[in-house]
This record gives sequence, C-alpha cells and structure tokens, in this order.
Amino acid sequence: MRAKFKVNGKDVEVEVEPRLTLADCLRHHLRLTGTHVGCEHGICGACTVLVDGAAVRACLMLAVQAEGSEVVTVEGLSLEEGLTPLQASFRRHHALQCGFCTPGMITTAHALLSEEPDCDADRVREVLSGNLCRCTGYIPIVEAVLDARPAYGGREGLKDGGKGHS
Amino acid sequence: MKMPPFDYACPATVAEAVALLAGHDDAKVIAGGQSLVPMLAFRLAAPGLLVDLRKLSDLRRIDISDKGVVLGALVRWCDILADARLSHAHPLLVAAVEHVAHYQIRNRGTVGGSVAHADPAAEMPGIVLACDAQIATVGKSGPRVIPAEKFFLGPLMTVLAADEIIVEIALPAWPASRRWGFQEFARRRGDFAMAAAAVWYDEDQGRARNAHVGAIGISDRPLRLPAVEAVLNGHAIDEAAIAQAEAAASAAVDPPEDIHASAAYRRALIGTMVERALRDAAQRARGT
Repeated sequence: MRAKFKVNGKDVEVEVEPRLTLADCLRHHLRLTGTHVGCEHGICGACTVLVDGAAVRACLMLAVQAEGSEVVTVEGLSLEEGLTPLQASFRRHHALQCGFCTPGMITTAHALLSEEPDCDADRVREVLSGNLCRCTGYIPIVEAVLDARPAYGGREGLKDGGKGHS
Repeated sequence: MKMPPFDYACPATVAEAVALLAGHDDAKVIAGGQSLVPMLAFRLAAPGLLVDLRKLSDLRRIDISDKGVVLGALVRWCDILADARLSHAHPLLVAAVEHVAHYQIRNRGTVGGSVAHADPAAEMPGIVLACDAQIATVGKSGPRVIPAEKFFLGPLMTVLAADEIIVEIALPAWPASRRWGFQEFARRRGDFAMAAAAVWYDEDQGRARNAHVGAIGISDRPLRLPAVEAVLNGHAIDEAAIAQAEAAASAAVDPPEDIHASAAYRRALIGTMVERALRDAAQRARGT
C-alpha cells in the first residue's frame, strides 16, 4: 500500500507492504542508511528516529503508520558544512567507538535536549538507558550530551548532577 | 526477524474499527504497537489483519473531574508524565508510569494497549487492578464496562472478545489525603518488573482503612493481596504493621521460577517491595 510522509523536510511517497517497519522503509526504500537496525524488537534503540518531534523506535512502527507524519533521521540532524554542536561534542568526548549505536544516541539526545535543555546527568542516563552501547561504557556519551546543552539553549555552567564525570 | 505478512486498515471511527474486527477471524488491534510489533517480529503473533486505531483522536483525552481520572485508550505514557494535573489527581498512576519502559517507548505506548496486552509484569494492568478501575469497551454487541478485577485471566489473556476495543479506563477519584507508595525492582531501568508493589490506604484517626495492595510480576496476572490488606486495615501503619505486611505479602504469593529468579527470591522480593511502598506511604503521611 501507499504511504506519504515527510522525511528530513522532503515529501516522500512509498509503495510498501504493511508489514514493513519504518526503519526498513528508511533504509531500503529511501536509502537513508544512517538509521541502524540492531535488535529489530525494540530493545537496542539503534533505530531511533524522530516522528513529529518525538523520539521513537523505527523498528516498532510500521511505515504505513507514518502516513502524514514528519520523520527526521540522523541524516536530517547533520549539516553539509561540518559537525553540529551535538556531533562535535560526541567527537570531543570520544563518545563513540564502533559507531553502531551512534545514530540512535544522536537522535535520542537531540530529542531530549530539545525538550529539556537543562537536563542533568541522572536524566541523561535515564533517557539513554533505552539505547544500548557495547563499547564506550556510556560515560563519554553522557558527558557529550551534557556538554551539548548550551547549543540547545541550556543555561551555561550547569552542574552535571554529580554523576556525569568519572 | 521480519514480520509475517498481514493486511492493514486504519478506520476513522470506533464503529468502523469494531466492524473490521468482527468481520475477520484473525484481526488484531494495533495502537502504539510497542508490545504487538515485537510479538510480530518474533512471529509469536500472525494476525491476518491489523486494525490501527491511530485516527481515533477522541481516545487520546485525559479527563479529570471529581469522579476521578478517565484515560482514553490511546493516551500514551508520555502524555501522562506531561500532564501536571495528574500529580495531584492520581499520584500513584504517575509514579507507576515513571517505571514503564524507555523514553522512546513512552512516546508511542498506550494505556489501552498495555491493559489489553495484559503482560503480568507490566505496570498498568497492576495499577488498574489496585485502583478498582473500570475498563470501558465497545464491541459488536455494544459497549460494556468491565471492573478491573474481572478483566485479567492469565498471561496475555483477558476477557476482551476478539471484536472488542478498550475505549476508556476510569480510575476512581483520589482523595488528597490518601497515603500511597509504588516500588518496583528490575535489573535495569525500563526493564519489566521482577516484582512491584502498588499500595494505598485512607486514614481514619491514625488507622488505615480501605487498604489496597497490588502486586506485579509475581504471578500469571496482576494480583491484589487481600491477606496483606487485612493486616493493614484498622491499624496504624507503624514498624510493626509494616513488618507484618511484608511477611504476609511473601506468604500470600506463589511466584513462578524462571531464568531471572527463583520462586523463593521473588517471594522475598515482593515482601520487600510492599515494605518499602508502605514506608513511603507512611512517610508521606508525616511529611506532606
């Protein structure tokens, strides 16, 4: 069946089977392979995208359910000319090693920081608990997210809640 | 795994949705899909037709009145956490929802979906049972209202007929003076509960009355623990009463054994959860 929605600001129209997940639709039909597919049953968070502004697991949503929605993937959170402040913070803090979980971390952190630019380390940890990383041990990821807060309007000089730094 | 093939329909009214369910032998409702899609991915479910409720925007309302809180079936966890009124209108509900799954799941998962799915370790079925909720449904033979204590039959099994949809969950009014606690133990944040306790009582001259004790994750369905309630009713909730309630909770349950925990561990755990929840309730009584 047909589904029409927006991806990263562009209108798209796809002809898909109802059983196709949004994650597979983005990757295979729209060639947006930044969205990674890990567990395919809602545990790992690698496939996180934004649907109408909210972070969701793209493996737990059918592509046909995106009809009329605005989807933003990790590609839509990137700049042509260089790194975004959130990406730069990930690089500065070595917040990725193999990089498989990174698209889900970036989309989730972007949603969190957009909603709560003054979030503390406990809140970052709570939110990122839905995204599995098997390399970093999370500490640099939490630091990178906290350090990106000013770019989202967070107050400068915020404390990290005491648990952000090792 | 990729999901098995199915047809998909997206009705614009509850009546259309019911007609679609009634007209197919193997149709299944999808709301947030946060439980059903994993079951499809594991091929534990293989319906011929999915009936998506996403256009039924009337079911997204949260109504708060002196009669209590009415949650439309499509209210999501994030809607509950974002509604500042609920921290007064139903603090126990809010405390329980803070334990539901992860950030991304809370943006899609719905209260009606969780109750219909009836996972014995999920928070919402335990809350509707512990709070004497009424579950309003519509099916081809019309609407009905099902008390929560009659709703759950076993793991993932309820009294819902194949053509019935949950439309609303009504939680009775919550007096501001009510004492309550919610405690859950899970290995990682957002995991299903290994055991959780939802307790509340009203007070009359320093003694508990109308005690309700709900237990989650320690049986094939959410439970009320009347033996624990009997220990509490008529007594001041002091150290002695809390110790008695803890022992009564452990004695009242016959939990399953699985790879996550032995029966003995779960029995001890539910006692501890009841103890901690009662301690929270009693402290709230002194503090606020």
